[in-house]
Amino acid sequence: MTSTFLPDKRTGPGAGSPPPAAERRPPGRARRRALHWLTAAGFQLPALVLFMGLVLLPMLFALYAAFFRWGGFGMPSDYIGGENFTRLFQDEVFLGDLWRCLVLVVLSLAIQLPFALAMAVLLNQRMRGRAVYRMLFFAPYVLSEAITGILFGMIFAPDDGFADQVLGKVGLEGLGGEWFADPSTVMATVFLVMTWKYFGFHMMLYLAGLQAVPRELTEAALIDGASAWQRFRNVTLPLLAPTLRISVFLSVIGAIQLFDLVWVTTAGGPDHHSETMAVTMFQYGFKRYQVGYASAISVVMFGISLVFALAYQRFVLRRDLEGATTTMRGDGK
Amino acid sequence: MGDPALSRRGFLAASAAAGMGMTALTACGGDSNGGSSGTTTIEWWNISTTEPSKTVWAALARKFEAQNPKVKVKIVQMENDAYKSKMTALTASGKLPDIFHTWGGGVLKQQVDAGLVENLTDRTKPWGDALLPVAREPYLIDEQAYGIPFDIGMIGFWYNKALFEKAGIAEPPTTWDSFLDAVRKLKTAKVTPLALAGKEKWPGMYYWAYLAMRTAGAEALQKAYDDKDFTGAPFVEAGEHLEELVGLQPFQKGHLGAAYSTPTGQAATVGNGKAAMELMGQWAPTVQADAGKGLGKDLGFFPFPAVEGGKGTITEVFGGGGGHALRRGAPQEAVDFLKFFASEATDLELVKKTGVLPVVPAAESAIADPNIKAVQAQLKAATGFQLYLDQAYAPAVGQEVNDSVAALIAGSKSPGQVAQSITKTAKEEQ
Repeated sequence: MTSTFLPDKRTGPGAGSPPPAAERRPPGRARRRALHWLTAAGFQLPALVLFMGLVLLPMLFALYAAFFRWGGFGMPSDYIGGENFTRLFQDEVFLGDLWRCLVLVVLSLAIQLPFALAMAVLLNQRMRGRAVYRMLFFAPYVLSEAITGILFGMIFAPDDGFADQVLGKVGLEGLGGEWFADPSTVMATVFLVMTWKYFGFHMMLYLAGLQAVPRELTEAALIDGASAWQRFRNVTLPLLAPTLRISVFLSVIGAIQLFDLVWVTTAGGPDHHSETMAVTMFQYGFKRYQVGYASAISVVMFGISLVFALAYQRFVLRRDLEGATTTMRGDGK
Repeated sequence: MGDPALSRRGFLAASAAAGMGMTALTACGGDSNGGSSGTTTIEWWNISTTEPSKTVWAALARKFEAQNPKVKVKIVQMENDAYKSKMTALTASGKLPDIFHTWGGGVLKQQVDAGLVENLTDRTKPWGDALLPVAREPYLIDEQAYGIPFDIGMIGFWYNKALFEKAGIAEPPTTWDSFLDAVRKLKTAKVTPLALAGKEKWPGMYYWAYLAMRTAGAEALQKAYDDKDFTGAPFVEAGEHLEELVGLQPFQKGHLGAAYSTPTGQAATVGNGKAAMELMGQWAPTVQADAGKGLGKDLGFFPFPAVEGGKGTITEVFGGGGGHALRRGAPQEAVDFLKFFASEATDLELVKKTGVLPVVPAAESAIADPNIKAVQAQLKAATGFQLYLDQAYAPAVGQEVNDSVAALIAGSKSPGQVAQSITKTAKEEQ
């Protein structure tokens, strides 16, 4: 990695102090190097301290606490080894969380992302009011999860809610129901809200990707007699692949860590049918004061995210991220 | 005059601090008591987010400030569930607000055991002991007072007299069988018998707890907790009785996802006349009128019916109140505020304006509402008392009761499994 970073000799820290006597190399170069590192360290220190204090240390502490029976008061002292983890994998709710996480990932990849892609392709064409549509579809992403949750809590209120009222008015009462309140429909409803909220974000990613597809290529394919589908399948899609890969990545990580939307709409209910790992962790940590067990959940969540992220980067994003975290070969030059 | 950008930045910093660093703020407030300026700021955390309490309480704080010019009362109000979560985080951090809402029982005991709560026994000596004994009960831990009540009450059925009449129910039921009959009659009359906030779980717990008190007797719930054994026959029986009720499908549509105090929640459903009854505490009329329209003269109260053949009686009471505790090392001004808040003048105002039940014996005469009078009469004649389970028990056990009973109502746990789950958690806990 060649750095373009050149510290200013006159104002850098340590400027003017003579080089150490024992220095064998040309003094000017060594001094520049030292200055270089010093300045770099100086600039990184605040960020590093914040990152250590607010991210790394709490993470390490959670890992530590996961091996204790700990109620959250004082320091953990009742060491129980891996008991929290064995309990975790016998806990029906947690196993259900894993299953629901998988369901959400599959639904996201099978429905939400293709839908976003379709909308992006549509809105990439020249049409009247294109900017308005783009803005409208992106707007839900800007709303906070809590507001979205409360909004849809009202929309999907059984009978009195907007959804049931509208369905009733157009003679589709049969499609209405209890939405969030019925164990058999709650996940579908949560997914519906998730799609509403996030598809605009993925659509924007795809739109940006589509703009980067050179017109000449699609025109050339058109001249070669390729149909619309062939042009999309063989020209646009391959060129969009890097964007797709990133969008899948974000979508999966989002599903693993899903919390706010579920917490506000259902709090994991009814009867745990929409609970996610993060909700279970919150329940144990903040309602039951079983902080050790909650830490174990968060450690497993972190582990799943980490394994997925590394594997995905290693095998799927390899071409997009030459020389990033998982390979040691590339040096970026 | 300040540069506008600067003051905006100041505002942003303040809101960020308010959001993220309540703990830090509280700590600062605590440490800088009686600073050079001579005024003390005491922070008062409460859950009176609904009207009229919200306004009345704020006015009382201003009145206290007027009487004590060197004290500022900073009010922080939070909705019930948010407050519980926030307090959990604060408890873990070891820094509590000067004055905070408490229900007493197991949660308060945990905070006391962690050394975070001021022992008020001596500091409130003459006036604290004069409060109603049943109201003080939940805050006594090993005979020491750790909280001062401002309300005491009980859970019972709040019902719509007009809907009862419509269904041809002449008298409120006094036995479980006649209660089930009433539910059937309401169903026949196309009236939703009961409203329930299934999303929040604690309202469902009331049914099981009361049934257990009626089958096993008032002392049994505390004893089962101490013995870590809920598998006795009366507890399973309580679950079976609840199952009978659930089998009649008495609750409003979508009850499993309903909240309590939202515009589509349990209180509003009853308050708007869409369900005939709810099992709720003495605050129910206030919330019904705030979240919904309120029933006015149509609202009635009856105690939880007795179960035939059970050890408990209809005069045994399940309930609790509201109180305030102080963080350890809170300034004297905070104690003064508690004294002010438990004074006869304040209590009279609270009883008259906010519908709470009196904790000062002399304030009893101020009750005007016939329903609150009925609750008060029931409480005074109580032959046994059990505090809310999610407050009386350690949090993990209390939550397990809520969770298991919610599962029973949703049909995924049997009465036996409920008893076993609670027992299992109770055993793990200590």
